[in-house]
Amino acid sequence: MSVVTPLKTAAEQALSAQFAAAKAELPGALPVRKLREDAFAGFEVRGLPHRRLETWRYTDLRGLLREARPLAESAVVSDGVRARLAELALDGVRLVLVDGVFVPEMSTLEGLPEGLIVHSLADALVSGRDDLARILTGPGVATTDAGLMLNTALMRDGVFIEIAAGTELAQPVAIVSLASGEAERALFHRSVVLAGAGARATIIEISESAGPAASQINGAIVFETGDESDVQHLRMVTRHVPETVQVLSLLATVGAQAKFESFALVCNAGTLRQQHFVRYAGEHTQIGLRGVNLLGGTEHSDVTLVMDHEVPHGTSREMFKSIIGGEGTGVFQGKVIVRQHAQKTDGNMKSNALLLNDGATMFNKPELEIFADDVVCGHGATVAQIDGEQLFYLMARGLPRPEAEALVLQAFAGEAVEFVQDETLRGLVMAEIETWLGKREASSVVSAI
Amino acid sequence: MLEIRNLVVKIADEDKQILNGLNLTVNDGEVAAIMGPNGSGKSTLSYVIAGKEDYEVLDGEILLNGENVLEMEADARAAAGIFLAFQYPLEIPGVATMTFLKAAMNAQRRARGEAELLTPDFIKAVNGAADKLGIAKDMLRRPLNVGFSGGEKKRMEILQMALLAPSMCILDETDSGLDIDALRIVADGVNALRDKSRGFLVITHYQRLLDHIIPDTVHVMSKGRIVKTGGKELALELEKSGYAAYVEAA
Repeated sequence: MSVVTPLKTAAEQALSAQFAAAKAELPGALPVRKLREDAFAGFEVRGLPHRRLETWRYTDLRGLLREARPLAESAVVSDGVRARLAELALDGVRLVLVDGVFVPEMSTLEGLPEGLIVHSLADALVSGRDDLARILTGPGVATTDAGLMLNTALMRDGVFIEIAAGTELAQPVAIVSLASGEAERALFHRSVVLAGAGARATIIEISESAGPAASQINGAIVFETGDESDVQHLRMVTRHVPETVQVLSLLATVGAQAKFESFALVCNAGTLRQQHFVRYAGEHTQIGLRGVNLLGGTEHSDVTLVMDHEVPHGTSREMFKSIIGGEGTGVFQGKVIVRQHAQKTDGNMKSNALLLNDGATMFNKPELEIFADDVVCGHGATVAQIDGEQLFYLMARGLPRPEAEALVLQAFAGEAVEFVQDETLRGLVMAEIETWLGKREASSVVSAI
Repeated sequence: MLEIRNLVVKIADEDKQILNGLNLTVNDGEVAAIMGPNGSGKSTLSYVIAGKEDYEVLDGEILLNGENVLEMEADARAAAGIFLAFQYPLEIPGVATMTFLKAAMNAQRRARGEAELLTPDFIKAVNGAADKLGIAKDMLRRPLNVGFSGGEKKRMEILQMALLAPSMCILDETDSGLDIDALRIVADGVNALRDKSRGFLVITHYQRLLDHIIPDTVHVMSKGRIVKTGGKELALELEKSGYAAYVEAA
């Protein structure tokens, strides 16, 4: 019997060489090393995800990664990084990753609120705690994803956050991940948030570039939240150079009668694939995944969700709004799995896109896999243009075209932003959206003249 | 004063011509009614005056106080004093009515080189005008026209008209979808705005609205032209005899 060896691309070969060279120095006790080896072996069988794979159909990572950049091995704390951190006004605890490496001296580590413990991921990986493999693996549905396998194999650092049972964090914890952009590098980072039973917390995750060189970023965040916990997650992926290629995986295992809500704002993010794998680990749990994607130029934003209802009485709400101009491409793939025992599941998934011009593209692919017979599940996907009738109505009241358009677009995005519970953070998100719309406004005025 | 001279209009992407050399003058302080059968071009006329883009003007001009508005976009026409009360006001989800009202009032003020309204003055103006039209505060907080009844939407149009204080008001089938009580409230709102410096063009199928908003002149429109002009008694005559005679005349 002959063994078929698939032809490897240059990037795949480079990744193999990188893993071979780096595996001895990448952090981790023996079980972690095994995890890395297994993950890389899995990756080698699969190769970089490509368009013939159903789950990666619209984001051809194999085509996008012609070359694998050298691994970032340490944080390059450039002037650009310092300047950006200085202007980032965020209340609460700030944990800084630069080039995927935790920078303690730029992070809030003193005077942390009671019940909050923070380590670097690198420290956690060598700690030898016996639940590491389970935590890092996350919900089962994610195990065969080659993008995530690469992350497992090559993750260098990140933060490991533990919130003790019953702790209520009054202020958010922000994980600020900046690519220095001083040189073209590949960043592999992963963070973990463990929230005990009844814990309440808001976790902010920021991904930006601080310099002109394009990075290849493969990031992951793992949430394991206990029964009756309430965890809010806000992700903002902004200020990247257009050539940035980024894969962000979110793995969440949510306990019984718990609440987990995630919102992601994407603007000026280059090429981005977000993949959320979420598992309901207990009954009567409410999960909301929402986001706004603002795309222009040749930007590409893929939101792929897998919601796995394993147990009864789970509620899921997904709402993604995309505004696409230029030659931008939006992708939404939302899969809701309702297993046989997951009766009384209540799911509602929406993806709405507005295309601003002819060159813009949106792919919507909602999927329901329902094996239970007493559930309420719905989905809606729309692709449209700005409503000319609405626009005329507003203009007939005196609003100039750019202002009328901005109002319609802001309202369109605002429907999802409303679900960001913290008022300050909601304001922060709306301000980013208004800035983006404002820049668009200026350009449309110029083109009208 | 609104003067329309020899207006010829077709639908932009089709060959279908809707207005065929229409002439009409509405003086300051005058309430002119346009009546006519379905398909005579009444709504098209209102849209073309307000600046909707779906039409192509092949000939003629529309002058507001001597200035040709055809080169202006809809927002500039609004700032110049034209107001169209829509037959079917649009729902704008996500935009609070108050936010919209303030944006509209300030946009027009900016266009005219006036200072923007201070928030307390704005709120006072809105509350005063809303009370007169029986518009509840709750409605003002809701997204514009979303979930409003037909009557509420029409009252909201009149509220906007009162706040924006235009010099030329066009009411497109304002009576459609209104019960008799709502019709009276809306008509009272319009009558309260009658003023010697403000003209009205009231477009309607039926005479009934004109029992409440008494016109100075009545024009009959057919096949894209004004085919008969008279006083308010013409409306009553039409109610009895129908449009048939005029349709043939056109």
